[in-house]
Amino acid sequence: MLYAPAPLHIPDGFLNLVISLLFWVMTVIMVGLAISKTSQSLGGKQVPLMGIMAAFIFAAQMLNFPVAGGTSGHFLGGALAAIVLGPWAGILVMTSVIAVQGLLFQDGGLLAMGANIFNMGILTAVIGFGLYRTVIKANKGVRLAVAGIAAWLSTVTAALLTSLQLWLSGTSRLEIVLPAMIGVHVLIGLGEAVITVVALAFIEQARPDLLKTEKVAAYGGRGWIVAGIVVSLIVVLFSPLASSDPDGLERIAEDMGFLSLGLDAPYQVIPDYTVPFLGETALSTIVAGIVGALVLLGLMVLVGSMLRKRQTAK
Amino acid sequence: MHVDLFDRYSQGESPLHRLDPRVKVVVTILYIISNAVLPDGAWAAFGLSWVLVLVVNWVSELGIDYTFRRSFVALPFALAAVSAIFSPQGQPLTDWSVAGFSLAPTDFGLIRFGSILLRSWLSVQAAILLVAVTQFPDLIHAFEHLHVPAILTTIIAFLYRYLFVLTDEVMRLLRARTARSAALPGVKSGRNVVWRAKVTGNMAGQLFLRSYERSDQIYNAMLARGYQGQMRTLRAHIMTAFDWSLGALSFLFILLLQLVGRIA
Repeated sequence: MLYAPAPLHIPDGFLNLVISLLFWVMTVIMVGLAISKTSQSLGGKQVPLMGIMAAFIFAAQMLNFPVAGGTSGHFLGGALAAIVLGPWAGILVMTSVIAVQGLLFQDGGLLAMGANIFNMGILTAVIGFGLYRTVIKANKGVRLAVAGIAAWLSTVTAALLTSLQLWLSGTSRLEIVLPAMIGVHVLIGLGEAVITVVALAFIEQARPDLLKTEKVAAYGGRGWIVAGIVVSLIVVLFSPLASSDPDGLERIAEDMGFLSLGLDAPYQVIPDYTVPFLGETALSTIVAGIVGALVLLGLMVLVGSMLRKRQTAK
Repeated sequence: MHVDLFDRYSQGESPLHRLDPRVKVVVTILYIISNAVLPDGAWAAFGLSWVLVLVVNWVSELGIDYTFRRSFVALPFALAAVSAIFSPQGQPLTDWSVAGFSLAPTDFGLIRFGSILLRSWLSVQAAILLVAVTQFPDLIHAFEHLHVPAILTTIIAFLYRYLFVLTDEVMRLLRARTARSAALPGVKSGRNVVWRAKVTGNMAGQLFLRSYERSDQIYNAMLARGYQGQMRTLRAHIMTAFDWSLGALSFLFILLLQLVGRIA
């Protein structure tokens, strides 16, 4: 009735153990960073604020609007949360939302929650805040347009990553799941974009203090800009490539034994197969690119925060 | 709005309701992992796995079909796994030609598809059971004991508490939209999709501001009532011999499941 499950929440059983744990590890690292960053900068009052903002995202997901043929668009909110609350707080807020959706509504699994948080909470914050931060000094029209593009792209990115995870788990065939997921979310993302833009415009009009340039700038700096642009570029370049020739990708992956990751029990995978990222094929380059970008992102954030700390210490 | 609209907790006094929430959380997670690592086509083990769910249903006095009736929430997602049927590995069973594409379901693919669905179906039931016999504040407390950072559990506690307040807000916004959207039968009201999305966007902005401003009032009210930074529960949460032994028993049963899955 009120609560409609979104197609991006992966239930348990669809991802294998290796992929689930891999994304749990990445999620725990990012959420851990987010916790240490926010607890440095926030007073006691901010924690209830984040809780209520999480409840807001949850409640806002009940707002839907009829699109066509009985389907309706609704709202994930990750990009909006990251822009208004800052990326670290946004990550925590989305993490809580996804955790409660999985626990209370079984919308998304517990073992798969790491992947769900990564897809819908962390990447949306990176893209949403990163791109918005880039144009923070521009006029209102540009900022809103970029926020819309970021919201759209974050939805498509979540869909892209979901299909890759399903494929690597041996659950879906890439040439079917990838175009289907991306096709659907290119449209759903438009709804997300319009809602994000209008909500931002509304907030800016009613409470301009919340979106003041200095305030948003203080949430995060160059690291987020670079991360946002790098991840967005990878998605924009990778999606058409993957959608146009998934067969090729799949064949390469099969030759490399990459798909067996999903098909064998995990304890057989590690000794028998070489680390898939080391091959010299297009797929390994792309995967290595994504992993590299993520590692880079983590490093940049880390280095950035260390530099800042040293500066304040001086 | 009623607080239990979203809460799937069922009142009861069964041994499972009384079991320490830590044990319930850990066993549920172990059970879900166990399903994930059972090999494809281990039907006997999947069957035994379901028996465990049924027994827990029965012990918790929820009614033996309690989780069964609620277990289809993840079913729409099965669509994503349909393509596994046409796996290139294994023996093709038939060859369908659909619009020029040749699709051959294979025995390997069918077994894989069936196993994925079973894993998901069993795991969902375990999650349903967990929240059906554990009050949400106890669940949060369990996560605290299991070293989930306090900031995260506090955010989740607030999310849970204010979800109902904000859902009321959403209902008001939706009711107002319905009231504004009067239409004659058979005549389309409102404008195109973009306009509709815009209306929804304004509602989201409105909701955001109402929540943001409300959080101040809420926080002050909580301070006035003695809030010191953590949610409390009346239950003590001390691991008893009963908790340990039931946890160990479940663990052994899950090991047995794995053994059956590997041998059979």
